[in-house]
Amino acid sequence: MVIDPTTIASIAHLARLSLSDDEVQLASGKISAIMGLIDEMQSVDTNGVEPLAHPLDAVQRLRSDEITEINQREELQANAPAVEKGLFLVPRVIE
Amino acid sequence: MEWETVIGLEVHVQLATKTKIFSAASTAFGAEANTQACAIDLGLPGTLPVVNEEAINMAIKLGFGINAEINKINVFERKNYFYPDLPKGYQTTQLAKPIVGAGHMDIALEDGTVHTVRIHHAHLEEDAGKSLHEDFHGMTGIDLNRAGTPLIEVVTEPDMRSAKQAVAFARKLHAIVTTLGICDGEMSQGSMRFDVNVSVRPKGQTTLGTRTETKNLNSFRFMERAINKEVQRQIEQIEDGFEIVQETRLYNGDTDEARSMRTKEEANDYRYFPCPDLLPVIIEESRLEKLRAEMPEMPEVRKARFINELGLSDYDAEILSAEAATANYFETVVQSGGDAKLAANWVMGELAKTLNQNDLTIKNCPVSAQVLGGLIARIKDNTLSGKIAKQVFEALWQGEGATADEVIEKKGLKQVTDTGAIEAIVDEVLAANPAQVEQYLAADEAKRGKMVGFFVGQIMKASKGKANPGMVNQLLKQKLG
Repeated sequence: MVIDPTTIASIAHLARLSLSDDEVQLASGKISAIMGLIDEMQSVDTNGVEPLAHPLDAVQRLRSDEITEINQREELQANAPAVEKGLFLVPRVIE
Repeated sequence: MEWETVIGLEVHVQLATKTKIFSAASTAFGAEANTQACAIDLGLPGTLPVVNEEAINMAIKLGFGINAEINKINVFERKNYFYPDLPKGYQTTQLAKPIVGAGHMDIALEDGTVHTVRIHHAHLEEDAGKSLHEDFHGMTGIDLNRAGTPLIEVVTEPDMRSAKQAVAFARKLHAIVTTLGICDGEMSQGSMRFDVNVSVRPKGQTTLGTRTETKNLNSFRFMERAINKEVQRQIEQIEDGFEIVQETRLYNGDTDEARSMRTKEEANDYRYFPCPDLLPVIIEESRLEKLRAEMPEMPEVRKARFINELGLSDYDAEILSAEAATANYFETVVQSGGDAKLAANWVMGELAKTLNQNDLTIKNCPVSAQVLGGLIARIKDNTLSGKIAKQVFEALWQGEGATADEVIEKKGLKQVTDTGAIEAIVDEVLAANPAQVEQYLAADEAKRGKMVGFFVGQIMKASKGKANPGMVNQLLKQKLG
Protein backbone atom coordinates (compact mmCIF):
# COMPACT_ATOMS: atom_id res chain seq x y z
CA MET A 1 0.00 0.00 0.00
CA VAL A 2 1.37 3.39 -1.02
CA ILE A 3 0.71 6.50 1.05
CA ASP A 4 1.02 9.27 -1.53
CA PRO A 5 2.45 12.72 -0.81
CA THR A 6 -1.02 14.35 -0.85
CA THR A 7 -2.19 12.05 1.94
CA ILE A 8 1.02 12.70 3.88
CA ALA A 9 0.48 16.46 3.52
CA SER A 10 -3.10 16.24 4.81
CA ILE A 11 -2.15 14.02 7.76
CA ALA A 12 0.66 16.45 8.57
CA HIS A 13 -1.86 19.29 8.51
CA LEU A 14 -4.22 17.42 10.87
CA ALA A 15 -1.31 16.80 13.26
CA ARG A 16 -0.20 20.45 12.88
CA LEU A 17 3.21 19.39 11.56
CA SER A 18 4.97 21.69 9.17
CA LEU A 19 6.73 19.60 6.53
CA SER A 20 8.68 20.88 3.54
CA ASP A 21 8.03 19.32 0.11
CA ASP A 22 11.19 17.26 0.45
CA GLU A 23 10.11 16.02 3.86
CA VAL A 24 6.67 15.10 2.49
CA GLN A 25 8.36 13.00 -0.25
CA LEU A 26 10.67 11.37 2.31
CA ALA A 27 7.79 10.57 4.69
CA SER A 28 5.71 9.18 1.82
CA GLY A 29 8.44 6.69 0.96
CA LYS A 30 9.15 5.66 4.56
CA ILE A 31 5.53 5.30 5.61
CA SER A 32 4.69 3.34 2.45
CA ALA A 33 7.45 0.91 3.41
CA ILE A 34 5.93 0.51 6.88
CA MET A 35 2.54 -0.09 5.28
CA GLY A 36 4.15 -2.91 3.35
CA LEU A 37 5.14 -4.51 6.63
CA ILE A 38 1.61 -4.07 7.94
CA ASP A 39 0.17 -5.67 4.76
CA GLU A 40 2.40 -8.65 5.44
CA MET A 41 1.20 -8.86 9.06
CA GLN A 42 -2.41 -8.70 7.92
CA SER A 43 -1.92 -11.83 5.84
CA VAL A 44 -1.51 -13.79 9.09
CA ASP A 45 -4.56 -15.91 9.92
CA THR A 46 -6.07 -14.44 13.11
CA ASN A 47 -9.33 -16.36 13.04
CA GLY A 48 -10.41 -17.16 16.58
CA VAL A 49 -7.97 -14.68 18.11
CA GLU A 50 -9.63 -12.07 20.34
CA PRO A 51 -8.73 -8.50 19.17
CA LEU A 52 -6.47 -6.74 21.63
CA ALA A 53 -7.16 -3.14 22.71
CA HIS A 54 -3.94 -2.87 24.70
CA PRO A 55 -0.61 -4.74 24.59
CA LEU A 56 -0.53 -5.17 28.37
CA ASP A 57 -2.37 -8.15 29.75
CA ALA A 58 -3.91 -6.11 32.56
CA VAL A 59 -7.16 -4.42 33.52
CA GLN A 60 -7.83 -0.77 34.19
CA ARG A 61 -7.74 0.05 37.90
CA LEU A 62 -10.51 2.32 39.10
CA ARG A 63 -10.12 5.32 41.40
CA SER A 64 -12.59 6.21 44.16
CA ASP A 65 -14.49 9.45 43.61
CA GLU A 66 -12.70 11.66 46.14
CA ILE A 67 -11.20 15.10 45.57
CA THR A 68 -7.46 15.01 46.20
CA GLU A 69 -6.31 17.52 43.61
CA ILE A 70 -6.56 20.97 45.14
CA ASN A 71 -6.10 24.33 43.46
CA GLN A 72 -2.58 24.75 42.06
CA ARG A 73 -3.38 27.43 39.55
CA GLU A 74 -0.42 29.60 40.36
CA GLU A 75 2.15 26.84 39.84
CA LEU A 76 0.36 25.46 36.78
CA GLN A 77 0.18 28.86 35.11
CA ALA A 78 3.74 29.81 35.99
CA ASN A 79 5.05 28.77 32.56
CA ALA A 80 2.03 29.86 30.51
CA PRO A 81 2.98 32.56 27.98
CA ALA A 82 -0.02 34.75 28.81
CA VAL A 83 -2.52 34.72 31.67
CA GLU A 84 -5.23 37.15 32.74
CA LYS A 85 -7.93 36.96 35.43
CA GLY A 86 -6.96 33.34 35.99
CA LEU A 87 -7.50 32.46 32.31
CA PHE A 88 -4.92 31.10 29.91
CA LEU A 89 -4.72 33.48 26.95
CA VAL A 90 -4.35 32.06 23.45
CA PRO A 91 -4.43 33.62 19.98
CA ARG A 92 -7.99 34.65 19.16
CA VAL A 93 -10.26 31.76 18.21
CA ILE A 94 -13.11 32.53 15.84
CA GLU A 95 -16.13 30.21 15.93
CA MET B 1 -46.10 17.46 -1.22
CA GLU B 2 -46.42 16.01 2.23
CA TRP B 3 -43.13 15.77 4.12
CA GLU B 4 -41.99 13.55 6.93
CA THR B 5 -39.43 14.71 9.50
CA VAL B 6 -36.80 12.29 10.79
CA ILE B 7 -34.91 13.14 13.97
CA GLY B 8 -32.08 11.44 15.84
CA LEU B 9 -30.53 12.82 19.02
CA GLU B 10 -27.14 12.83 20.65
CA VAL B 11 -27.48 13.85 24.27
CA HIS B 12 -24.56 14.80 26.48
CA VAL B 13 -25.39 14.10 30.10
CA GLN B 14 -22.97 15.50 32.65
CA LEU B 15 -22.45 12.94 35.39
CA ALA B 16 -22.83 14.09 38.99
CA THR B 17 -19.49 12.78 40.22
CA LYS B 18 -17.45 14.78 42.72
CA THR B 19 -14.30 14.47 40.63
CA LYS B 20 -13.33 14.37 36.97
CA ILE B 21 -13.43 11.22 34.88
CA PHE B 22 -9.63 10.80 34.78
CA SER B 23 -8.38 13.05 37.59
CA ALA B 24 -9.21 13.78 41.24
CA ALA B 25 -9.94 17.49 40.65
CA SER B 26 -13.38 18.81 41.66
CA THR B 27 -16.23 19.14 39.15
CA ALA B 28 -18.19 21.71 41.21
CA PHE B 29 -19.94 24.34 39.08
CA GLY B 30 -19.07 28.02 39.24
CA ALA B 31 -15.53 27.96 40.69
CA GLU B 32 -13.00 30.64 39.85
CA ALA B 33 -11.31 30.02 36.48
CA ASN B 34 -8.72 27.24 36.36
CA THR B 35 -8.81 26.52 40.09
CA GLN B 36 -10.22 23.03 39.43
CA ALA B 37 -7.90 22.04 36.59
CA CYS B 38 -5.00 19.84 37.62
CA ALA B 39 -1.96 18.60 35.69
CA ILE B 40 -3.96 15.70 34.15
CA ASP B 41 -6.78 18.00 32.99
CA LEU B 42 -4.18 20.32 31.49
CA GLY B 43 -2.62 17.44 29.58
CA LEU B 44 0.85 18.06 30.96
CA PRO B 45 3.51 15.54 29.93
CA GLY B 46 4.15 12.68 32.31
CA THR B 47 0.65 12.53 33.78
CA LEU B 48 -1.39 9.34 33.83
CA PRO B 49 -5.21 9.33 33.77
CA VAL B 50 -7.01 6.92 36.13
CA VAL B 51 -10.70 6.13 35.59
CA ASN B 52 -13.19 7.34 38.22
CA GLU B 53 -15.12 4.32 39.52
CA GLU B 54 -18.25 6.38 40.15
CA ALA B 55 -18.40 7.46 36.49
CA ILE B 56 -18.40 3.78 35.51
CA ASN B 57 -21.15 3.02 38.06
CA MET B 58 -23.30 5.91 36.86
CA ALA B 59 -22.92 4.89 33.23
CA ILE B 60 -24.04 1.36 34.13
CA LYS B 61 -27.10 2.71 35.97
CA LEU B 62 -27.99 4.77 32.92
CA GLY B 63 -27.70 1.58 30.87
CA PHE B 64 -30.17 -0.16 33.20
CA GLY B 65 -32.48 2.89 33.02
CA ILE B 66 -32.66 2.75 29.21
CA ASN B 67 -33.04 -1.02 28.98
CA ALA B 68 -29.62 -1.47 27.45
CA GLU B 69 -26.91 -4.10 27.37
CA ILE B 70 -23.77 -3.28 29.37
CA ASN B 71 -20.53 -4.08 27.55
CA LYS B 72 -18.43 -5.87 30.10
CA ILE B 73 -15.25 -4.99 28.24
CA ASN B 74 -15.14 -1.38 27.18
CA VAL B 75 -12.32 0.66 25.78
CA PHE B 76 -11.33 4.33 25.84
CA GLU B 77 -10.05 5.85 22.61
CA ARG B 78 -8.48 9.12 21.56
CA LYS B 79 -10.39 11.42 19.22
CA ASN B 80 -7.75 13.74 17.82
CA TYR B 81 -8.34 17.40 17.01
CA PHE B 82 -6.85 20.74 17.90
CA TYR B 83 -8.76 23.36 19.81
CA PRO B 84 -7.45 25.57 22.64
CA ASP B 85 -10.02 24.33 25.18
CA LEU B 86 -8.76 20.76 24.62
CA PRO B 87 -5.17 21.03 25.82
CA LYS B 88 -4.21 17.39 25.19
CA GLY B 89 -4.97 17.62 21.47
CA TYR B 90 -7.43 14.74 21.80
CA GLN B 91 -10.64 13.96 23.63
CA THR B 92 -10.66 10.69 25.51
CA THR B 93 -13.91 8.98 24.52
CA GLN B 94 -15.29 5.60 23.49
CA LEU B 95 -16.05 4.46 19.96
CA ALA B 96 -15.83 0.80 19.03
CA LYS B 97 -16.51 -0.59 22.51
CA PRO B 98 -18.73 1.82 24.45
CA ILE B 99 -19.84 0.97 27.98
CA VAL B 100 -23.58 0.95 27.15
CA GLY B 101 -24.83 -0.96 24.13
CA ALA B 102 -28.18 -0.88 22.33
CA GLY B 103 -31.30 -0.10 24.37
CA HIS B 104 -34.65 1.62 24.06
CA MET B 105 -36.96 4.10 25.73
CA ASP B 106 -40.74 4.38 25.47
CA ILE B 107 -42.26 7.84 25.24
CA ALA B 108 -45.92 8.75 25.74
CA LEU B 109 -47.31 10.82 22.89
CA GLU B 110 -50.04 13.44 23.15
CA ASP B 111 -52.65 11.14 21.58
CA GLY B 112 -52.05 8.64 24.38
CA THR B 113 -50.08 6.13 22.29
CA VAL B 114 -46.64 4.89 23.26
CA HIS B 115 -43.71 5.31 20.87
CA THR B 116 -40.46 3.38 21.21
CA VAL B 117 -37.17 5.16 20.50
CA ARG B 118 -34.22 2.84 19.98
CA ILE B 119 -30.92 3.82 21.59
CA HIS B 120 -27.90 2.99 19.43
CA HIS B 121 -25.43 3.10 22.34
CA ALA B 122 -24.13 5.40 25.10
CA HIS B 123 -20.46 6.10 25.70
CA LEU B 124 -18.34 7.73 28.36
CA GLU B 125 -16.13 10.69 27.50
CA GLU B 126 -14.57 13.80 28.94
CA ASP B 127 -15.86 17.33 28.50
CA ALA B 128 -13.65 20.12 27.12
CA GLY B 129 -12.87 23.45 28.78
CA LYS B 130 -14.47 26.78 27.94
CA SER B 131 -13.28 29.45 25.54
CA LEU B 132 -14.17 33.01 26.49
CA HIS B 133 -14.29 35.18 23.42
CA GLU B 134 -14.60 38.51 25.20
CA ASP B 135 -11.86 40.86 24.31
CA PHE B 136 -8.59 40.07 26.01
CA HIS B 137 -6.51 42.42 23.82
CA GLY B 138 -7.43 40.43 20.73
CA MET B 139 -6.85 37.09 22.48
CA THR B 140 -9.17 34.33 23.71
CA GLY B 141 -9.35 33.34 27.39
CA ILE B 142 -9.37 29.65 28.34
CA ASP B 143 -10.92 28.20 31.50
CA LEU B 144 -10.17 24.50 31.93
CA ASN B 145 -12.30 23.86 35.04
CA ARG B 146 -14.78 21.89 32.93
CA ALA B 147 -12.06 19.94 31.09
CA GLY B 148 -12.26 16.30 32.10
CA THR B 149 -15.78 16.46 33.55
CA PRO B 150 -17.41 13.07 32.91
CA LEU B 151 -20.11 12.93 30.27
CA ILE B 152 -22.21 10.09 29.02
CA GLU B 153 -23.35 10.62 25.47
CA VAL B 154 -26.61 8.90 24.59
CA VAL B 155 -27.03 8.32 20.85
CA THR B 156 -30.48 7.43 19.51
CA GLU B 157 -31.53 5.85 16.25
CA PRO B 158 -33.40 8.24 13.89
CA ASP B 159 -36.71 7.21 15.46
CA MET B 160 -38.43 10.51 16.18
CA ARG B 161 -40.84 12.09 13.68
CA SER B 162 -41.52 15.55 15.11
CA ALA B 163 -39.99 18.20 17.36
CA LYS B 164 -42.62 17.29 19.96
CA GLN B 165 -41.49 13.65 19.99
CA ALA B 166 -37.86 14.72 20.33
CA VAL B 167 -38.78 16.94 23.27
CA ALA B 168 -40.81 14.12 24.85
CA PHE B 169 -37.74 11.88 24.56
CA ALA B 170 -35.49 14.57 26.03
CA ARG B 171 -37.84 15.15 28.98
CA LYS B 172 -38.07 11.43 29.66
CA LEU B 173 -34.30 11.06 29.60
CA HIS B 174 -34.06 14.06 31.95
CA ALA B 175 -36.52 12.33 34.31
CA ILE B 176 -34.50 9.10 34.17
CA VAL B 177 -31.08 10.63 34.87
CA THR B 178 -32.36 12.82 37.71
CA THR B 179 -34.23 9.88 39.25
CA LEU B 180 -31.07 7.78 39.03
CA GLY B 181 -29.18 10.64 40.68
CA ILE B 182 -26.46 10.45 38.01
CA CYS B 183 -27.01 14.03 36.75
CA ASP B 184 -28.20 17.17 38.53
CA GLY B 185 -30.39 17.98 35.52
CA GLU B 186 -29.54 21.70 35.64
CA MET B 187 -30.00 22.56 31.98
CA SER B 188 -29.04 26.22 32.42
CA GLN B 189 -25.65 25.09 33.69
CA GLY B 190 -25.18 22.80 30.70
CA SER B 191 -25.74 19.55 32.60
CA MET B 192 -27.69 18.21 29.62
CA ARG B 193 -26.92 19.30 26.07
CA PHE B 194 -28.61 18.11 22.90
CA ASP B 195 -27.31 17.70 19.35
CA VAL B 196 -30.20 17.15 16.93
CA ASN B 197 -29.86 15.38 13.59
CA VAL B 198 -32.69 16.42 11.31
CA SER B 199 -33.71 15.38 7.80
CA VAL B 200 -36.92 15.44 5.79
CA ARG B 201 -38.28 13.10 3.12
CA PRO B 202 -41.48 12.80 1.09
CA LYS B 203 -44.03 10.89 3.13
CA GLY B 204 -43.88 7.20 2.27
CA GLN B 205 -40.23 7.22 1.18
CA THR B 206 -38.14 4.71 3.14
CA THR B 207 -34.62 6.00 2.47
CA LEU B 208 -33.41 8.87 4.62
CA GLY B 209 -32.89 12.40 3.33
CA THR B 210 -29.60 14.27 3.82
CA ARG B 211 -29.34 15.35 7.43
CA THR B 212 -27.94 18.34 9.23
CA GLU B 213 -26.77 18.43 12.82
CA THR B 214 -27.60 21.34 15.12
CA LYS B 215 -25.30 21.29 18.10
CA ASN B 216 -25.37 22.21 21.75
CA LEU B 217 -29.01 23.04 22.51
CA ASN B 218 -29.45 23.41 26.23
CA SER B 219 -33.18 23.80 26.77
CA PHE B 220 -36.27 21.86 25.71
CA ARG B 221 -37.82 25.02 24.32
CA PHE B 222 -34.77 25.91 22.19
CA MET B 223 -34.59 22.34 20.97
CA GLU B 224 -38.21 22.37 19.80
CA ARG B 225 -37.77 25.73 18.07
CA ALA B 226 -34.45 24.79 16.47
CA ILE B 227 -35.92 21.57 15.03
CA ASN B 228 -39.04 23.24 13.66
CA LYS B 229 -36.96 25.99 12.12
CA GLU B 230 -34.57 23.50 10.50
CA VAL B 231 -37.42 21.36 9.14
CA GLN B 232 -38.98 24.45 7.62
CA ARG B 233 -35.65 25.50 6.08
CA GLN B 234 -35.01 22.07 4.56
CA ILE B 235 -38.50 21.83 3.05
CA GLU B 236 -38.16 25.30 1.52
CA GLN B 237 -34.71 24.47 0.13
CA ILE B 238 -35.96 21.30 -1.54
CA GLU B 239 -39.15 22.88 -2.85
CA ASP B 240 -37.04 25.71 -4.30
CA GLY B 241 -34.98 23.11 -6.16
CA PHE B 242 -31.87 23.10 -3.94
CA GLU B 243 -30.20 20.10 -2.35
CA ILE B 244 -29.64 19.79 1.37
CA VAL B 245 -25.97 20.02 2.27
CA GLN B 246 -24.81 17.77 5.08
CA GLU B 247 -23.50 20.24 7.63
CA THR B 248 -23.16 21.19 11.26
CA ARG B 249 -25.33 24.11 12.30
CA LEU B 250 -25.55 26.43 15.28
CA TYR B 251 -28.77 27.75 16.77
CA ASN B 252 -28.94 30.83 18.97
CA GLY B 253 -31.93 30.55 21.30
CA ASP B 254 -31.83 34.19 22.34
CA THR B 255 -32.16 35.54 18.79
CA ASP B 256 -33.92 32.46 17.30
CA GLU B 257 -31.34 32.42 14.49
CA ALA B 258 -29.55 29.45 12.97
CA ARG B 259 -26.49 29.33 10.74
CA SER B 260 -24.08 26.87 9.18
CA MET B 261 -20.93 26.13 11.18
CA ARG B 262 -19.08 23.72 8.89
CA THR B 263 -19.92 21.48 5.98
CA LYS B 264 -18.99 17.83 5.73
CA GLU B 265 -16.13 18.50 3.30
CA GLU B 266 -14.39 20.52 5.98
CA ALA B 267 -15.22 17.94 8.65
CA ASN B 268 -12.37 16.62 10.70
CA ASP B 269 -10.73 13.26 10.34
CA TYR B 270 -10.45 12.38 14.01
CA ARG B 271 -8.00 9.47 13.62
CA TYR B 272 -9.40 7.50 16.57
CA PHE B 273 -7.20 4.90 18.22
CA PRO B 274 -7.31 3.08 21.59
CA CYS B 275 -5.80 5.26 24.34
CA PRO B 276 -2.48 3.66 25.34
CA ASP B 277 -2.66 5.36 28.78
CA LEU B 278 -5.85 3.53 29.71
CA LEU B 279 -6.38 -0.21 29.88
CA PRO B 280 -9.67 -1.82 28.91
CA VAL B 281 -12.30 -1.46 31.64
CA ILE B 282 -13.61 -4.84 32.71
CA ILE B 283 -16.97 -4.89 34.45
CA GLU B 284 -17.54 -7.83 36.75
CA GLU B 285 -20.94 -9.45 37.16
CA SER B 286 -20.75 -8.66 40.90
CA ARG B 287 -20.63 -4.93 40.13
CA LEU B 288 -23.70 -5.22 37.91
CA GLU B 289 -25.58 -7.08 40.62
CA LYS B 290 -24.70 -4.53 43.28
CA LEU B 291 -25.79 -1.63 41.06
CA ARG B 292 -28.97 -3.37 39.98
CA ALA B 293 -29.92 -3.67 43.64
CA GLU B 294 -29.38 0.07 44.07
CA MET B 295 -31.72 1.06 41.24
CA PRO B 296 -34.46 3.44 42.42
CA GLU B 297 -38.06 3.35 41.25
CA MET B 298 -38.05 4.66 37.66
CA PRO B 299 -40.34 7.55 36.61
CA GLU B 300 -42.62 5.26 34.57
CA VAL B 301 -43.20 2.94 37.49
CA ARG B 302 -43.67 5.86 39.83
CA LYS B 303 -46.21 7.43 37.49
CA ALA B 304 -48.21 4.21 37.38
CA ARG B 305 -48.15 4.04 41.18
CA PHE B 306 -49.35 7.67 41.46
CA ILE B 307 -52.30 6.75 39.22
CA ASN B 308 -53.15 3.39 40.75
CA GLU B 309 -52.41 3.93 44.43
CA LEU B 310 -52.95 7.66 44.87
CA GLY B 311 -55.77 8.06 42.37
CA LEU B 312 -54.11 10.87 40.39
CA SER B 313 -55.06 11.65 36.81
CA ASP B 314 -52.67 10.60 34.05
CA TYR B 315 -51.76 14.24 33.47
CA ASP B 316 -51.02 15.01 37.14
CA ALA B 317 -49.07 11.77 37.57
CA GLU B 318 -46.95 12.54 34.50
CA ILE B 319 -45.98 16.00 35.75
CA LEU B 320 -45.34 14.94 39.32
CA SER B 321 -43.20 11.91 38.40
CA ALA B 322 -41.11 13.65 35.74
CA GLU B 323 -38.48 14.96 38.11
CA ALA B 324 -37.12 13.09 41.07
CA ALA B 325 -36.95 16.18 43.29
CA THR B 326 -40.59 17.07 42.59
CA ALA B 327 -41.76 13.47 42.97
CA ASN B 328 -39.98 13.07 46.31
CA TYR B 329 -41.36 16.38 47.56
CA PHE B 330 -44.86 15.45 46.48
CA GLU B 331 -44.72 12.07 48.21
CA THR B 332 -43.65 13.67 51.47
CA VAL B 333 -46.51 16.18 51.20
CA VAL B 334 -48.95 13.29 50.70
CA GLN B 335 -47.55 11.46 53.71
CA SER B 336 -47.81 14.39 56.09
CA GLY B 337 -50.92 15.97 54.56
CA GLY B 338 -53.00 12.84 54.11
CA ASP B 339 -54.64 13.83 50.82
CA ALA B 340 -53.05 13.03 47.45
CA LYS B 341 -55.37 15.12 45.30
CA LEU B 342 -54.95 18.22 47.47
CA ALA B 343 -51.20 17.61 47.59
CA ALA B 344 -51.07 17.34 43.78
CA ASN B 345 -53.07 20.54 43.34
CA TRP B 346 -50.86 22.46 45.73
CA VAL B 347 -47.53 21.19 44.40
CA MET B 348 -48.50 21.85 40.77
CA GLY B 349 -50.46 25.01 41.54
CA GLU B 350 -49.61 27.46 44.31
CA LEU B 351 -46.15 26.00 45.00
CA ALA B 352 -45.05 25.80 41.36
CA LYS B 353 -46.39 29.29 40.70
CA THR B 354 -44.60 30.81 43.69
CA LEU B 355 -41.34 29.00 42.89
CA ASN B 356 -41.57 30.31 39.34
CA GLN B 357 -42.22 33.87 40.44
CA ASN B 358 -39.19 33.75 42.70
CA ASP B 359 -36.99 31.96 40.17
CA LEU B 360 -36.46 29.04 42.55
CA THR B 361 -36.61 25.28 42.08
CA ILE B 362 -38.11 22.69 44.38
CA LYS B 363 -34.62 21.86 45.66
CA ASN B 364 -34.27 25.28 47.30
CA CYS B 365 -37.92 25.78 48.20
CA PRO B 366 -38.26 27.72 51.49
CA VAL B 367 -41.39 25.75 52.48
CA SER B 368 -40.48 22.14 53.23
CA ALA B 369 -42.67 19.24 52.10
CA GLN B 370 -43.54 18.41 55.74
CA VAL B 371 -44.69 21.98 56.35
CA LEU B 372 -46.81 22.06 53.19
CA GLY B 373 -48.23 18.68 54.24
CA GLY B 374 -49.13 20.23 57.61
CA LEU B 375 -50.99 23.00 55.80
CA ILE B 376 -52.91 20.50 53.68
CA ALA B 377 -53.91 18.55 56.77
CA ARG B 378 -55.59 21.74 58.02
CA ILE B 379 -57.50 22.16 54.75
CA LYS B 380 -58.58 18.56 54.90
CA ASP B 381 -59.90 18.80 58.47
CA ASN B 382 -61.77 22.05 57.64
CA THR B 383 -59.65 24.27 59.86
CA LEU B 384 -58.84 26.32 56.76
CA SER B 385 -60.71 27.26 53.62
CA GLY B 386 -58.78 27.08 50.37
CA LYS B 387 -58.59 30.84 50.23
CA ILE B 388 -57.26 31.32 53.75
CA ALA B 389 -54.85 28.42 53.15
CA LYS B 390 -53.22 30.55 50.47
CA GLN B 391 -52.67 33.29 53.05
CA VAL B 392 -51.12 30.77 55.41
CA PHE B 393 -48.89 29.50 52.60
CA GLU B 394 -47.81 33.05 51.83
CA ALA B 395 -46.91 33.55 55.50
CA LEU B 396 -44.98 30.27 55.60
CA TRP B 397 -43.11 31.29 52.44
CA GLN B 398 -42.18 34.60 54.11
CA GLY B 399 -40.94 32.71 57.16
CA GLU B 400 -43.64 34.11 59.46
CA GLY B 401 -44.00 30.77 61.20
CA ALA B 402 -42.41 27.35 61.25
CA THR B 403 -45.63 25.38 60.73
CA ALA B 404 -49.12 26.02 59.39
CA ASP B 405 -50.55 25.57 62.90
CA GLU B 406 -48.27 28.26 64.26
CA VAL B 407 -49.35 30.71 61.54
CA ILE B 408 -53.05 29.90 62.03
CA GLU B 409 -52.70 30.46 65.78
CA LYS B 410 -50.71 33.69 65.46
CA LYS B 411 -52.98 35.26 62.89
CA GLY B 412 -56.28 33.91 64.17
CA LEU B 413 -57.11 32.36 60.79
CA LYS B 414 -59.04 29.38 62.00
CA GLN B 415 -62.05 28.71 59.81
CA VAL B 416 -65.41 29.25 61.46
CA THR B 417 -67.30 25.97 61.43
CA ASP B 418 -69.63 26.85 64.29
CA THR B 419 -73.13 26.77 62.75
CA GLY B 420 -74.47 29.42 65.10
CA ALA B 421 -71.74 31.90 64.28
CA ILE B 422 -72.09 31.37 60.52
CA GLU B 423 -75.85 31.57 60.72
CA ALA B 424 -75.62 34.96 62.43
CA ILE B 425 -73.48 36.29 59.60
CA VAL B 426 -75.80 34.83 56.96
CA ASP B 427 -78.79 36.47 58.59
CA GLU B 428 -76.95 39.75 58.82
CA VAL B 429 -76.06 39.71 55.14
CA LEU B 430 -79.57 38.75 54.01
CA ALA B 431 -81.07 41.53 56.18
CA ALA B 432 -78.67 44.09 54.76
CA ASN B 433 -79.53 43.22 51.15
CA PRO B 434 -83.33 42.98 50.89
CA ALA B 435 -83.40 44.04 47.22
CA GLN B 436 -81.08 41.20 46.16
CA VAL B 437 -83.09 38.72 48.21
CA GLU B 438 -86.27 39.82 46.42
CA GLN B 439 -84.60 39.52 43.00
CA TYR B 440 -83.34 36.07 43.92
CA LEU B 441 -86.75 34.84 44.99
CA ALA B 442 -88.35 36.19 41.79
CA ALA B 443 -85.74 34.59 39.51
CA ASP B 444 -85.93 31.27 37.62
CA GLU B 445 -84.28 28.25 39.13
CA ALA B 446 -81.72 28.35 36.31
CA LYS B 447 -80.52 31.85 37.17
CA ARG B 448 -80.44 31.38 40.91
CA GLY B 449 -77.14 29.51 40.94
CA LYS B 450 -75.30 32.53 39.69
CA MET B 451 -77.14 34.91 41.99
CA VAL B 452 -76.33 32.95 45.10
CA GLY B 453 -72.66 33.77 44.46
CA PHE B 454 -73.36 37.36 45.47
CA PHE B 455 -74.51 36.32 48.94
CA VAL B 456 -71.62 33.88 49.38
CA GLY B 457 -69.21 36.66 48.47
CA GLN B 458 -70.76 39.07 51.00
CA ILE B 459 -70.74 36.45 53.75
CA MET B 460 -67.12 35.47 53.11
CA LYS B 461 -66.22 39.14 53.20
CA ALA B 462 -68.08 39.69 56.47
CA SER B 463 -66.35 36.67 58.02
CA LYS B 464 -62.97 37.80 56.63
CA GLY B 465 -62.88 34.60 54.61
CA LYS B 466 -63.02 32.38 57.65
CA ALA B 467 -66.52 30.95 57.21
CA ASN B 468 -66.58 27.39 55.88
CA PRO B 469 -67.88 27.80 52.31
CA GLY B 470 -69.69 24.45 52.33
CA MET B 471 -71.66 25.41 55.41
CA VAL B 472 -72.39 28.88 54.03
CA ASN B 473 -73.90 27.38 50.89
CA GLN B 474 -75.99 24.95 52.86
CA LEU B 475 -77.35 27.60 55.20
CA LEU B 476 -78.14 29.94 52.29
CA LYS B 477 -80.08 27.21 50.56
CA GLN B 478 -82.14 26.60 53.69
CA LYS B 479 -82.85 30.27 54.32
CA LEU B 480 -83.61 31.31 50.74
CA GLY B 481 -85.83 28.29 50.26
